[in-house]
Amino acid sequence: MSVIELSNISKRYGATVALDSVNFQLLRGEVHALIGENGAGKSTLMNVLAGLTQSDTGSMSIDGQPYSPTSPLDAQRHGIALIHQELSLCPDLTVAENILLGAEPSRAGWLNHRATKQQTLDVLKNFHHPEIRPDRRVSELSIAARQVVEICRALAAHASIILMDEPTSSLQRQDIDSLFALIRHLRQQGISVIYISHFLEEVREIADRFTVLRDGKSIGTGRIDSISDEQLIAQMVGRPVENLYPKAPCDSDGEVVLEVRDLVARRLKRISFALRRGEIFGIAGLMGAGRTELVRAIFGLDAVESGTITLHAHSKSGRWVLPARRIAEGVGYLSEDRNGEGLALTLSVADNITLTRFQTCSRWGWLDVGKQQRQATSWIKRLSIKARSSYQSTGSLSGGNQQKVALARLLHQDSDILLLDEPTRGIDIGSKAQIYEAIAHAAASNKAVLFVSSYLPELFGMCDRLAVMSRGRLSPSRPIREWSPESVMQTAVGAEAA
Amino acid sequence: MGGPTRSPLFGTRPISYRGAGTTGSHTGYDRRDLAAASSLMKATGSIQKEAASKVEKSVKPFLRLWLGWLGPFLGLFLVVAVFTLLIGSPAQYLSVTNLRIVLSQTVIVALGAIGMTIVIISGGIDLSAGSVIALAGVVTALGIERGWPPLIAMLAAVAVGALIGLANGLSITRLRVVPFIATLGMLGIARGLAKWLASEQTVNVPATWVNELAVTFPRPGWIVLAPGVWITLLLAIAIAGVLRNTVFGRHVFALGSNEAAARACGIATDRLKLWIYGIAGLFIGLAGVMQMSRLRQGDPTVAIGAELDIIAAAVIGGASLKGGQGTILGSMVGALIMAALRNGCQQMGWPNYIQEMIIGAIIILAVAIDRLRQKRV
Repeated sequence: MSVIELSNISKRYGATVALDSVNFQLLRGEVHALIGENGAGKSTLMNVLAGLTQSDTGSMSIDGQPYSPTSPLDAQRHGIALIHQELSLCPDLTVAENILLGAEPSRAGWLNHRATKQQTLDVLKNFHHPEIRPDRRVSELSIAARQVVEICRALAAHASIILMDEPTSSLQRQDIDSLFALIRHLRQQGISVIYISHFLEEVREIADRFTVLRDGKSIGTGRIDSISDEQLIAQMVGRPVENLYPKAPCDSDGEVVLEVRDLVARRLKRISFALRRGEIFGIAGLMGAGRTELVRAIFGLDAVESGTITLHAHSKSGRWVLPARRIAEGVGYLSEDRNGEGLALTLSVADNITLTRFQTCSRWGWLDVGKQQRQATSWIKRLSIKARSSYQSTGSLSGGNQQKVALARLLHQDSDILLLDEPTRGIDIGSKAQIYEAIAHAAASNKAVLFVSSYLPELFGMCDRLAVMSRGRLSPSRPIREWSPESVMQTAVGAEAA
Repeated sequence: MGGPTRSPLFGTRPISYRGAGTTGSHTGYDRRDLAAASSLMKATGSIQKEAASKVEKSVKPFLRLWLGWLGPFLGLFLVVAVFTLLIGSPAQYLSVTNLRIVLSQTVIVALGAIGMTIVIISGGIDLSAGSVIALAGVVTALGIERGWPPLIAMLAAVAVGALIGLANGLSITRLRVVPFIATLGMLGIARGLAKWLASEQTVNVPATWVNELAVTFPRPGWIVLAPGVWITLLLAIAIAGVLRNTVFGRHVFALGSNEAAARACGIATDRLKLWIYGIAGLFIGLAGVMQMSRLRQGDPTVAIGAELDIIAAAVIGGASLKGGQGTILGSMVGALIMAALRNGCQQMGWPNYIQEMIIGAIIILAVAIDRLRQKRV
C-alpha cells in the first residue's frame, strides 16, 4: 500500500528543467532510496514533497488524499519531515528547545520547563547517544549528534514520512552504523523513509526499494536486491562508465619542481619530500593527520616554523609566504573546502574561472569581458561543466559542476605545480571521471600534481608515487606498486610508536 | 584507542560505485580491500579527534558561562575602579548621590536597550530608535501642553513608539526590506515627523509629575531612586522573564539563531517579527517619555545618534549582531558601563570628544573580547 504517490511531477527553473514528469511511489514502513547523479533532480523532488517549492504540473497524494503543500508547515501537518543536507537546527538553543521548537509545551504563552524536559527525554530514550542531553546547546554537539537531534525533532512532530538528504555525507563509520540502526528502528514503527545517497553500498545496506533519477526523469524503480550495481550505475549515468581512472602509473624522472625539507608547522613534524614534473604524487592518511595543513603551508596559507620549501630549484621560502607569491611562482591550490575558500559562489562562472589570471583578459586594469567569456566558455566545454552560460552564478550549479569550475580555474591558471586537496569529495561519478581525466591530462602535459585524498581507490588508480601521513609525519614515498591498501593503513595508524 | 586491529568496521564502508564497471586498478588489488582500508582510515581518524576534544569539553561550558555572564560585570567593575583611582576621591565617585546621577542618566539608554536587545536577539536591528525617542518626547510634550492628563500623554507617546515599530516590522516582512535599510528609512521619517509635529521648535510644558520621572533627587525621599529607574528595573526583570520563560521568547532566539529552521518548525516568522519590532517600539517610546522628562520640554532635535548608544549597550552586554545571543541583564550592565564612563569623564573635566573616543574604543574592545571568547572557548 503506498503512502505517497507522485505522478507526472514537473518543475522548471527558467530554462532548466529540474523535474520532468517524475513518477514515484512510497510504501508504508519502507526505506526507499532515491539515487542519481548530482543535478539529477533529487533535491528538487524532496523540496516539492516538503512544501519548500511547488511543482509546475503533476499531482501528489498521501494515503489516497490529494496533497499539494504550500509551505513546510503544511507538509509537517501531513506528517512529512525533511532532514536537510545542511542541518537546520538553531545552534544557540538547547537540544530540548530544538526538538520541541514550534510545539513547546506551555500554558498561556508561558513555558512548562518540566514538560519540555520530559517530552524530550521521551523522544530521546529510543536513541542512546552519549553527547545528547536535553539541556546542552546544539552548537556544542558533533555533526552526528545534531543529526540525531533533527530526527528526534521529526519524531516529536509525529512525522510518518521522513526525507533524508544525504544524511551520511559528513559522518564517520560508527555514526553511520548508529544512524542505520535508528532508521531500522523507524521502519519497524511503520515510518517510511526516503533516503538520498551517493553511496551505492550504503543504499544496499539500508534501503528496501530504489528509484533512479536522471536529468529530472524517473528512470527505474524496483527492489534493491533485484538489480546489480552495474545496472544501477548504467541507469544513473545513462551509459556504462568505462575506465574510471584513465592513467597508468609511470616512473617519472622529470625535473624536481618542489622540494620540501624538514618542514615544521602547525601539526606538521619535519616533513620532507620532492615532487617531479609529469608525476602524480599521492598523500594518504587519516582525517586530521595533517594532510590539509601540509598543502596549506606549502601554498603560504599557514605559517612555516622551520624547514625549507624550494620551488624550481631556486626560490627559498621564508617564514611567511603569501599565496599571491606562490601563484606567481606557478603553484595552484584546490581547497578541500569548496564553499568556504574555494569559490566565490555569488560571482559568475566566468569570473571564478578567470579570477587568478585576470591579466590575460584585461588591459590597464580594465576587463575585456568578451575575452573573459571566451576563455571561460572554452573551459566549460573542455570539462563539460553543466551551466546555462558563463554568466550564470556559480552558486546555482550542482556540487559536481562547482568542483569542475574550481578545477577549471586551477587549470586556466596554467600552474606548473597543482596542489589538489580532496578534489573529488562529495561529487557524482560522472564528474569524478571527468576530473580524473583532467588531472591525468595535466600530468601528461608535464605538470607536477600533488594529490591528497582519503579515498584509497582513487589514490591507487591515479598516483605514480604515494606517501602516507600520520600524526603530522610523512612516510618515505614509494612507487604505487610497492604499496598495498594494508600497508597504507598500517603506516597511517602505526606511526604512533615512532 | 583501539589500535590498528581488525574491527567490525572492516569491509563495511559504503564506497560509492565500487566496481563502477572499472576493470580494477593496475595494482591488482580488489576494490573491496581498498574500500575496507578507507573505512578504517576514516574511523580511526575520528577516534583521534574525539580523544583530543574530550579534554577540551570538560573545561568548555564552565569557561563560556563564566566569561559570558561575568564579562560585562567585570567591565563595569573596571570602569568604576579606574575612575575611582583617577578622580582620587572614592567618596565622591562612589557616593550615593553620584550613583543616583549615573542611574538616572542611564534610564533612557537602558529602556531603549531592553527593546533593542529583543530585536538584536532575533537577528534584526533598529536604527530608528534615536528619532523615535525624539518623536515620543514631542508627543508627550504636546499632549501635556494641550492639557491632556499626563498619563494619557505618556501612553500616547508609547503608542506612537509601538506604531513606528510596527511600521518597521511591516516594511521588513511585507516589503522584504532588510532591517538595516527599513529602520534607516524610518530614522528619517520619524525625525521629520517629530519636527513637523513640533513645528520645528521645542515644545515647553507646564510642570507635572512627568517631569519628576527621571530626576536625580526624587520626592518623597524614601523611594531613593527616581521612579524612572524603578520602572526600568521592573520592566527589565519582566522582559528577562519573558525571554526565558515564554514561547514568544523561545521563538525570538530561534528566529535569530536560524531563521530557515524556525520557519521550517512552523513558527510564523513574519508575525513574530511584527511583535518584536512593535514591542521594541513600546520601549523606545517610553525612553522618549523619559527624555522629555529630563529635558522638561519636547525637543524634536534631541537624541540624534542615540540608537548607536543603545545598540552599543546591547553589544557590550554580550548580544550578537548575528542574532541568537543576548541577555537583558547584559544589556543593562552595558548601559551602566556607558553611563559610568560618561559620568567619570565629566567629573574628570574631560571634554566631550574624549568621552566619544573612549566609548568608541570600548565598543570595539567589547566585541573583540567577545570574538576571542567565542574562538578560544
